[in-house]
Amino acid sequence: MAVLVIADQTGGALSDNTHKTVSAAKAIGGDIDILVTGKDCKSAAEAAAKIEGVRKVLLAQSDDLGHGLAEAVEAVVTPLMGGYDAVLTPATSQGKNFSPRIAAKLDVSHISDIVEVVDASTFVRPIYAGNALETVQSSEAKKVITVRPTAFKAAGEGGSATIEDIGAGDGAGATKFVTEEIVKSERPELTGAKIVVSGGRAMGSAEEFQRVIEPLADKLGAAVGASRAAVDAGYAPNDYQVGQTGKVVAPELYIAIGISGAIQHLAGMKDSKIIVAINKDGDAPIFQVADYGLVADYKAAVPELMSALG
Amino acid sequence: MKVLVPVKRVIDYNVKPRVKSDETGVDLANVKMSMNPFCEIAVEEAVRLKEKGVVTEVVAVSIGPAQAQETLRTALAMGADRAILVQTDADLEPLAVAKVLKAVIDEESPNLVVMGKQAIDGDNNATGQMLSALLGWPQASFASKLEVSGDKATVTREVDGGLQTIEAPLPVIVTADLRLNEPRYASLPNIMKAKKKPLDTKDIASYGVDTAPRLKVVKVAEPPKRGGGIKVETAADLVAKLKNEAGVL
Repeated sequence: MAVLVIADQTGGALSDNTHKTVSAAKAIGGDIDILVTGKDCKSAAEAAAKIEGVRKVLLAQSDDLGHGLAEAVEAVVTPLMGGYDAVLTPATSQGKNFSPRIAAKLDVSHISDIVEVVDASTFVRPIYAGNALETVQSSEAKKVITVRPTAFKAAGEGGSATIEDIGAGDGAGATKFVTEEIVKSERPELTGAKIVVSGGRAMGSAEEFQRVIEPLADKLGAAVGASRAAVDAGYAPNDYQVGQTGKVVAPELYIAIGISGAIQHLAGMKDSKIIVAINKDGDAPIFQVADYGLVADYKAAVPELMSALG
Repeated sequence: MKVLVPVKRVIDYNVKPRVKSDETGVDLANVKMSMNPFCEIAVEEAVRLKEKGVVTEVVAVSIGPAQAQETLRTALAMGADRAILVQTDADLEPLAVAKVLKAVIDEESPNLVVMGKQAIDGDNNATGQMLSALLGWPQASFASKLEVSGDKATVTREVDGGLQTIEAPLPVIVTADLRLNEPRYASLPNIMKAKKKPLDTKDIASYGVDTAPRLKVVKVAEPPKRGGGIKVETAADLVAKLKNEAGVL
């Protein structure tokens, strides 16, 4: 039994999502190798080699891989699959983009967004926006899986795996990268943050969102999230969206401000340890999942919260 | 130029799904069903391409039970020109859906496929990517902007950290994200007109594709419920509770 984990890295910095996916791989069992794809990302491979329990780190680098083009990543992974029984990828936008391609190329089912490994062939995954948990069993020779990182603890460090350069693969074919707009932020990454402060449609404008949500987040050292309604209205960038089809977070503390709590939003945050809701509508569904609810207009409540935090 | 839009009939997104007591699935009896919201966005985008004069024909395809005709009529009322129902009562996995769509595409030879990035029932987010891999066509997933000019598609994608723009020669598979557009409501005259538009029904067996399930569903269970919370009176109370009771500050 051997399991390949595809690393999540940006600009050579290895994301914690990789460590969490390694934990899922350990639950499956067998030898664990990590594949790092990207450009100028040897440092990420070196960090991956230190994860405990990893046998070997494979490194593939090219421009197309640096842009994360799905065809290019899949073209590296699929030929390696002769040597593995399973391939696990963190269920980030990037992972969701290429992982199903690998399954199609191998003519096996794709098992998306698992939250639990029951045994080497049985997995639990949320369906219907997390309103149900489906347990599925695969009897296929190869398992192609994306892993919801927030559902697994990060594997520890202390390993010293070897790093092997495996070349760049066949590239992305006809698909060409043109440009990207990446939001640069000093704040913690949303899916890995210990505290998340999210704003909803009640903010009313992008200026108000920045004026209210961001200072509170910075005071708490928190990441900033948003409801779909706030993102759709242009109050916050798409990257902030927490929910069924956005990011799934499970911080120690989630503070929802002016968010009503639509099913699809709850799907992205209801596994948080402590949920705080501040909303002037006491009947808002968000209060049904909140550990602490404050029925108040955010315009008064957030300044009070800021001063109470000192 | 022809665009193909696969659409799925799913539980209406406003309905809270209930797990069956025998844990075999989600109870869909007497539940309102609608077009998957991401599929609506895909139909809207295809119709806009037609309105701009970029494409000449929009073909909607659904793989599902006889009732999926209603979903296809919705697509026709939004502006699709004709529809194909590949009829089956089985609940197909994304790989099987991708294989059937490939067979339909082999017959129809569209220049572009626009489809939802995920269905809100299975939440797999896999079919478009699989279809792209099976066809060997370029993949542009999670699109928030699509431009087609000449024989090229330029697609802005929602990615971790922001937006990425890629381009590829047609034919291309595009999967729609939330911000691609806001779908229209079909007007009553268009709903009436849609009843007269062609809708072909085909037996799934006629495509000769292996659609047998690969995964065994062991059970479908309710997620653990969160314990009831409390209401606090002031922000100062809240901070005290978070520090002393929850220990998260």
